[in-house]
Amino acid sequence: MTWFKREKKSIENPTPVDERRVRTEGLWIKCGACRAIIWKKDLEANWEVCPKCDHHFRLGARRRLELLFDDEFWTEFDAGLASSDPLLFSDTRPYAQRLRDAQRKLGMKDAILTAEGKLRGRQVTCCSMEFGFIGGSMGAVVGEKVARAVERSLAQKQPLVIISCSGGARMMEGTVSLMQLAKVAAALGRLDDARVPFISVLTDPTTGGVTASYAMLGDLNIAEPGALIGFAGPRVIEQTIRQKLPEGFQTAEFLLEHGFLDAVVSRKELKNYIAQAFEFFLGPA
Amino acid sequence: MRERAKARQQSAVADPQEPSSPAPPAGRSDREQLRELEIAALERDIAALSSLTDPSDATALDIERIRNEVAELKRDFYLHISPWQRIQLARHPQRPYTEDFIRLLFKNFSEIHGDRNFADDPALLTGMAWFRGQPVILIGSQKGRDTRQRVARNFGQAKPEGYRKALRAMQLAAKFARPVMVFVDTPGAYPGVDAEERGQAEAIARNLREMSRLPVPILITITGEGGSGGALAIAVGDRVFMLENSVYSVISPEGCASIMWRDATKAETAAQALKITATDLLEMKIIDEIVPEPEGGAHGDHAAAAKLLEPVLARALEELSRLSPRQLVDQRYEKFRRMGQFFA
Ligand SMILES: [Zn+2]
Repeated sequence: MTWFKREKKSIENPTPVDERRVRTEGLWIKCGACRAIIWKKDLEANWEVCPKCDHHFRLGARRRLELLFDDEFWTEFDAGLASSDPLLFSDTRPYAQRLRDAQRKLGMKDAILTAEGKLRGRQVTCCSMEFGFIGGSMGAVVGEKVARAVERSLAQKQPLVIISCSGGARMMEGTVSLMQLAKVAAALGRLDDARVPFISVLTDPTTGGVTASYAMLGDLNIAEPGALIGFAGPRVIEQTIRQKLPEGFQTAEFLLEHGFLDAVVSRKELKNYIAQAFEFFLGPA
Repeated sequence: MRERAKARQQSAVADPQEPSSPAPPAGRSDREQLRELEIAALERDIAALSSLTDPSDATALDIERIRNEVAELKRDFYLHISPWQRIQLARHPQRPYTEDFIRLLFKNFSEIHGDRNFADDPALLTGMAWFRGQPVILIGSQKGRDTRQRVARNFGQAKPEGYRKALRAMQLAAKFARPVMVFVDTPGAYPGVDAEERGQAEAIARNLREMSRLPVPILITITGEGGSGGALAIAVGDRVFMLENSVYSVISPEGCASIMWRDATKAETAAQALKITATDLLEMKIIDEIVPEPEGGAHGDHAAAAKLLEPVLARALEELSRLSPRQLVDQRYEKFRRMGQFFA
C-alpha cells in the first residue's frame, strides 16, 4: 500500500503558492493525491502519472487507445450504436437528456470505444471505457459493443484487451443493463473455449456489474496502482456494516494481496506487459 | 483522494448492493381501499350464507355467485397493484422460499454443503433431488422466517462461497448429465468486507460465464426478489420464469431512489421507473413466462403456488430434454445475446 503512505507524507508538505497557479491557469494541474502542482506538459510526457507521487490520473477512453496502439492507424467499430432509452427512464432529469449531454460533451455515443489495431506489431481488439460518460456505466450499448468486440476477436482469432473504468451497470436501463453482464460473460466463455487470450485491465474505478462480469474474467486480470476495484461500493458496505472501512480496502493492491489480480502494473509498463503476455501465449507477433 | 471520492458519489450507476431497508407500509389509493372493503363485505355475505343451517339450493347458488364476484374483484385488484405493492408481496415474510418448494415439488432432497474452499453458505442451498421421478440438481436462495433464521440465512444474501458452492453443484450436474433447477429470491449478493475480500465480483462473473456454457438444461424461477448481480449469478438459464408477484431488478428501488433522487422516500417512484415486474420483463423479453400465483399472492397458500409452478417446470424440462448439449448451449447463448435494444 505504498500509495497511501506516499499520500500521507506529501500532505504534510506545503502546497505551492496560489498566486502562481492563477497566473498560469490552464498550464498547471493539481495532483488530486499529493496536491503537488504539475506542469501539464510534464504530466502528459509522464503518461498522465504524477511525477511526485505516482498517482495515476484518470484517462479518457480515446487517450487510453492512443497510449496502447502503435500508431494512429487503428479502426474504431460500432461508433454509431446509441441507447434507445428502453425504459423511457426519468428521475430528476430525463435519461434521454443525460445521454444527449454526455454525447455532446464527449463526442461519443456511449461509454465505451471498441477498436482494433496494432500493439507491438500484433493485431489486437481493444475496448476502452469512458468514465466521463454517465460514470462509465454499462447499459445495452456498452454490453452490445463489448459482445461484438469479443465475437470479432473470436472470428479473427485475435487477442483481446478490455480496459475497464466504470461504476457498474447503468440503472436507467434497469434489468436490461443487468442482462448485459450475462451477455458479455457468455461471449467470453466462447473466447475462452477457442483459446484466444483476453487481458482485463482494471483502472480507477472499476466497480459493480462491470467487475462482476468481464473485468474479472481475463486470462490475466491486471490493474493500475491505487485503482478502486470492488463489487459493492464502499458507501454501501459502510452502511451495511456500520463502521469505517479499513485503510486501503478495495484498492488494486488490496485485491492483489487477496489473490484476485495477477499483477498491479504501472501505466508506463502497461503496453510492455500486455505485449509480452500475448507473446507468451501466442508466440512472436 | 478527491478524485476517488468523486467516483464514489458518481450518480447514475447501479451500486449493486443497496441494502433494502424495511419497507414502509404501501400507500393505498382510495380506489384500492374501496375495493378491499367490497371484497370484505362480500366475504362476510358468504360466511353468513354458509352458516345457515339447511341451506336451500337458492342459497347455494347465491354463495356461488358471490364467490365468483369476490374472485373477480380480487383478480382485478391484484392485476392492478403498483410495482411498489408487488415488491411488498415479493418480500412478504410468508412468501414460499426454496425449502418450501423443495418440500412441495421434490422427493428425497439431499443437501450438498460447502464450496470446498472456504465455507458452507447458508444463504444459498444446493442439493440433489427427484422432480417427478427425474433426478435434478437444485439451487436456491434461502431466507429465514423469524429473526433468528433471517440472521442465520444472512437475509438471503449469498457470499462468494455461496456462488462457488452453486457452481460446484452445477458442475456436478454437468458431469452426470442432470438438469439444474434454480429458485431465486435474494435482495442481492452480500455487500460486506469479507465478501469483497473473498472476491464477490469474481465469484459472480465466473458463474455467469460457466452457466452460459453448462451442457445441461437450466431452469430458473424467480420466486421473490431477483436482486441484481447476486440474483443473476444463479440465473443464467434456458428458461427464466417469474412468479406473478416477483421482481427482478438491477438495483433495489430504495437504492435507486437514494442515488438518483437523493431521497430514499422516492423508492415508490423508483420502483415504477425501473420496470421490474414480471409483466414489464416479459414484454422486454428478459423472461420467458409468468407463473400465476394463487389469488392474493403465493404467501397465502404455498401448496397452491407450488402446484401452479409444477406444470411449467415439467413442460420446460420435457422440451429441453429433446435438445442436444450443443443445441442447449447455443440457444442459451442466443437468448442472452439478443438482450438489450439500441439504435444502430
Ligand atoms: Zn501526486
